[in-house]
Amino acid sequence: MSSHRFAVNVTPKPGILDPQGRAVEGSLGHLGIDGVSAVRVGRRVELTVEASDEGAARAVVERLAGELLANPLIEAYAIESIAGASSIVAEVR
Amino acid sequence: MAVRVGVVVFPGSNCDRDTLHALANAGAEPVALWHEQATLEGVAAVVLPGGFAYGDYLRAGVIARFSPVMRAVAAFARNGGLVLGICNGFQVLAEAGLVPGALLRNRGLRFLGRDVRIAPERLDTPFTHALARAGQPLRMPIAHGEGCYFADDATLDALERDDQVLFRYVDADGRRPRGEDRDANPNGSLRAIAGVLSSGGNVAGLMPHPERASESILGSDDGAAIIRSLVESAARAANGTPVAVGPGTPLGAAAR
Repeated sequence: MSSHRFAVNVTPKPGILDPQGRAVEGSLGHLGIDGVSAVRVGRRVELTVEASDEGAARAVVERLAGELLANPLIEAYAIESIAGASSIVAEVR
Repeated sequence: MAVRVGVVVFPGSNCDRDTLHALANAGAEPVALWHEQATLEGVAAVVLPGGFAYGDYLRAGVIARFSPVMRAVAAFARNGGLVLGICNGFQVLAEAGLVPGALLRNRGLRFLGRDVRIAPERLDTPFTHALARAGQPLRMPIAHGEGCYFADDATLDALERDDQVLFRYVDADGRRPRGEDRDANPNGSLRAIAGVLSSGGNVAGLMPHPERASESILGSDDGAAIIRSLVESAARAANGTPVAVGPGTPLGAAAR
């Protein structure tokens, strides 16, 4: 068994109204920033999986992302591997 | 003997007592069903009440979907059992895939607690048949941050074609709101949809709260007929004579 750390990035699907993104965009003027558009607000979930190898670990994350972390009707997700699980945990501390 | 109707209590439910009370007023024997139990104690219908189940963490309704009681509710629904989801209960049903679509953050981003007016699209369902005797439109409160009904265009077209739109937000005159009418359709729901029906017609969800408008002392009793419809339908289901779900009844023809 080995330890594998992943991040799941969940974002509203293209075409889905994202009022949070619009609110962020609306505030840019107050900062004196222009030239920024298409702001989309999502969420990022980081997690560690114990599995026989990275492939098996990724399969677990796929299932978790598709069934729980994202609603496939309205959200898309992308899974990324984060190298060095133990160092990440230490960093968080 | 009064028909037994269950109300699921999740950690974070806050309309469960109101719903139990409204069901008792409508002649049912209300039964509270704890989220950790895996059986429905033989009830003839189930209500998923409003609130913030499991704190609405991740997405409203999603954690509740995986609770033991929801596995039982899903099996009950698959066998034709009557299930009504109100507000957070609607969000749970949508996350569980028991009704079509999803509830997004309100367009204006803010939590909305106020009265709205809704009109039934059908009066021939287990959830609305008693509305045939009620005036229209119905006034009752909403209280939600994520109530903007969403489905893709193909799904919306299919819902309209198959008469699965159960309630729509309407203006004070009972007309369907045009464009961005935030007074009539405050959360920005697509096609002003306030409630939908499952393809089998035995599961329904709506964002407004009929139980909070079920006695005149509450300011409106327009919601009582929805609760009464469910209780009467549950009684018929318990007696083996369920309410038939027929083709759609045009609003103008029957509701006026």
